Amino acid sequence: MARKGGMRGDARRNAMFVAPMALLAVLLVALPLIYVLGTSLVQTGEDFSLGATFTLDNYKRLLRADYLQVFLNSLQLALLTTLVSLLIGYPFGYCMARAGRRWKALLMMLVIIPFWTSALVRIYGWKILLQANGPINAVLRGLGLIDKNIKFLGSYGSVLLAMVYCMISMMILPCHSAVDKMDFTLVEAARDLGSRPWRAFLDVTLPLTMPGILAGCVLVFVPSVGIFYLSDIMGGGLVLVGNLIRDQLLKVRDWNTGSAMSMVLILITAGVYLVYRKSGGDDLGVF
Amino acid sequence: MDEAMAEVLLSLRHISKNFGEGDVLQDVSLDVERGEFVTLLGASGCGKTTTLRIISGLETPDAGEVILNGQDMTDLPPESRPVNTVFQSYALFPHMNVEKNVAYGLRVRGMDKRAQAARVREMLELVQMSEYAGRMPAQLSGGQRQRIAIARALAPQPQLLLLDEPLGALDLQLRRQMQIELKRLQKKLGITFIYITHDQEEAINMSDRIAVMRGGRFEQLGTPEEIYDHPATRYVAQFIGRSTIFTGTVRSANGYSAVIENENGRFTVDSAHAEIREGEICDVCVRTERMRASRTPVEGFDLPATVREARYAGGHVLTYVTTRGGVEAVAEGVERMCDAPAAGDTVYLHWNPAQAAVIGGASHGA
Repeated sequence: MARKGGMRGDARRNAMFVAPMALLAVLLVALPLIYVLGTSLVQTGEDFSLGATFTLDNYKRLLRADYLQVFLNSLQLALLTTLVSLLIGYPFGYCMARAGRRWKALLMMLVIIPFWTSALVRIYGWKILLQANGPINAVLRGLGLIDKNIKFLGSYGSVLLAMVYCMISMMILPCHSAVDKMDFTLVEAARDLGSRPWRAFLDVTLPLTMPGILAGCVLVFVPSVGIFYLSDIMGGGLVLVGNLIRDQLLKVRDWNTGSAMSMVLILITAGVYLVYRKSGGDDLGVF
Repeated sequence: MDEAMAEVLLSLRHISKNFGEGDVLQDVSLDVERGEFVTLLGASGCGKTTTLRIISGLETPDAGEVILNGQDMTDLPPESRPVNTVFQSYALFPHMNVEKNVAYGLRVRGMDKRAQAARVREMLELVQMSEYAGRMPAQLSGGQRQRIAIARALAPQPQLLLLDEPLGALDLQLRRQMQIELKRLQKKLGITFIYITHDQEEAINMSDRIAVMRGGRFEQLGTPEEIYDHPATRYVAQFIGRSTIFTGTVRSANGYSAVIENENGRFTVDSAHAEIREGEICDVCVRTERMRASRTPVEGFDLPATVREARYAGGHVLTYVTTRGGVEAVAEGVERMCDAPAAGDTVYLHWNPAQAAVIGGASHGA
């Protein structure tokens, strides 16, 4: 009896801690999402008030070649951002995990410091560095490597640079933690059994740190699909899903179509996460 | 001479290594013969694992040479040495099943698939793990992982197998069983083993020769019997077996036996193995199981002691005594508690002079 009472007490105490979180989650995440979902399924009246008629027209309206192209633009940019982040972030995370204590602390600082200032400010910093009469062109000219200033801004590369710059810590941290957790005696065992260093890396280190790689890819890819302001700031001239949604909501004032676009974007990212989880990926603190 | 040279499989010549915090190994030299079972025995931090890692190539010595089959391997990477290691933590690849683990050394060396499969089957049979081929390491018990680690290391047919405290994580009973199996395996395959342990009983049971290590040096290198019966230093005497050490002055020595005296009294030792002269001071080691305590004085001995306690230890009684000079000693030889002396009794310690060892005697000097 006493024990049962105690357990009920525990459950009550747990509920006490969970309830405020659940309330916050419902208020800040679930309700807005439901509102967006609802908006995407109804028709707007003459005076911008929402009508109550259920319709799928908002989604049907999305079936246009130019809209599809916009989604593809976003997916392509997100994919490239993920790839470049992986190619730079994994070696970085690896070195960070294998470095001595002082180097490790220094590298970790380098990863974390950017979080202290606004991403927007840092991107404007890049813009200044890259502009036609900016420091990078000055250095290249000084070294005699170029005659004329290169127009970095506005190029696809500059957008990609900004994207990678903003997202790469999301790749470095899980990769670092995966390498850090790995037992390097296993690599020694592979070497001992006849593997050259690269072979040992491919046979042992890579598969054993794959969870970190996959987690990093999801953490970079998912937000990358939705980001559009970086492209705008760098003058990329790309039309991304984010631009499209913003224009629908703020310029065209077609909240229904905008909501439908948002729902499609959410479904895409949820799909990526679902595939990731189904293939045995680690819980990223979501579900 | 050529014949003797041909027998040597591995030579360590004047190996030194330091990791920046004082020497880990200082001028270590060792010759291991083909088919031999050599154990490096010592407390943790004595340099035994570093020695093993230098042989496997996972560590490079600062000075000295590693020679296998007459070839200098000092600068070869681990993958180029015909040497495999059984790691202390087993280091099985957690993402590969038993079969793939055992096949790994064959696969990276490019053996064809069919030969690989045959060899893996043979290895799993050897360690009696055939029915576990499809299991993942996480599904195996400690003893089973141990067997797979051994099979994996043996599969590429190394000339030398290095074992780093392979039984350290097993419970006592399994450990004893694996000691016997490992020894049988080594005899059957005729492979040279270099084995690391901090367990002196294990070392004595299994080895052809033991190197007792301390502070990055070999304290003594010899057969288990030599090391047990004729320890070269006080450290070896105390590290291996239980014993009492008496320090005293040699009163008379005639080449066969010597009489030694100290504040505890007077006693006799066989000096055939030791070069000792009258007037010298020397340490004498008497193993607990060879120490006797009688109620009456014995010829050649005058070592009276007071009994502190007599305790039954299964099959024999351990008599704990304190000598006149305050040395605490343990004697055996009484089988039943009813024959044991009582606390406070005076007894006379003695032993067979041939079974006491003068530490640092000539037998191991050369």
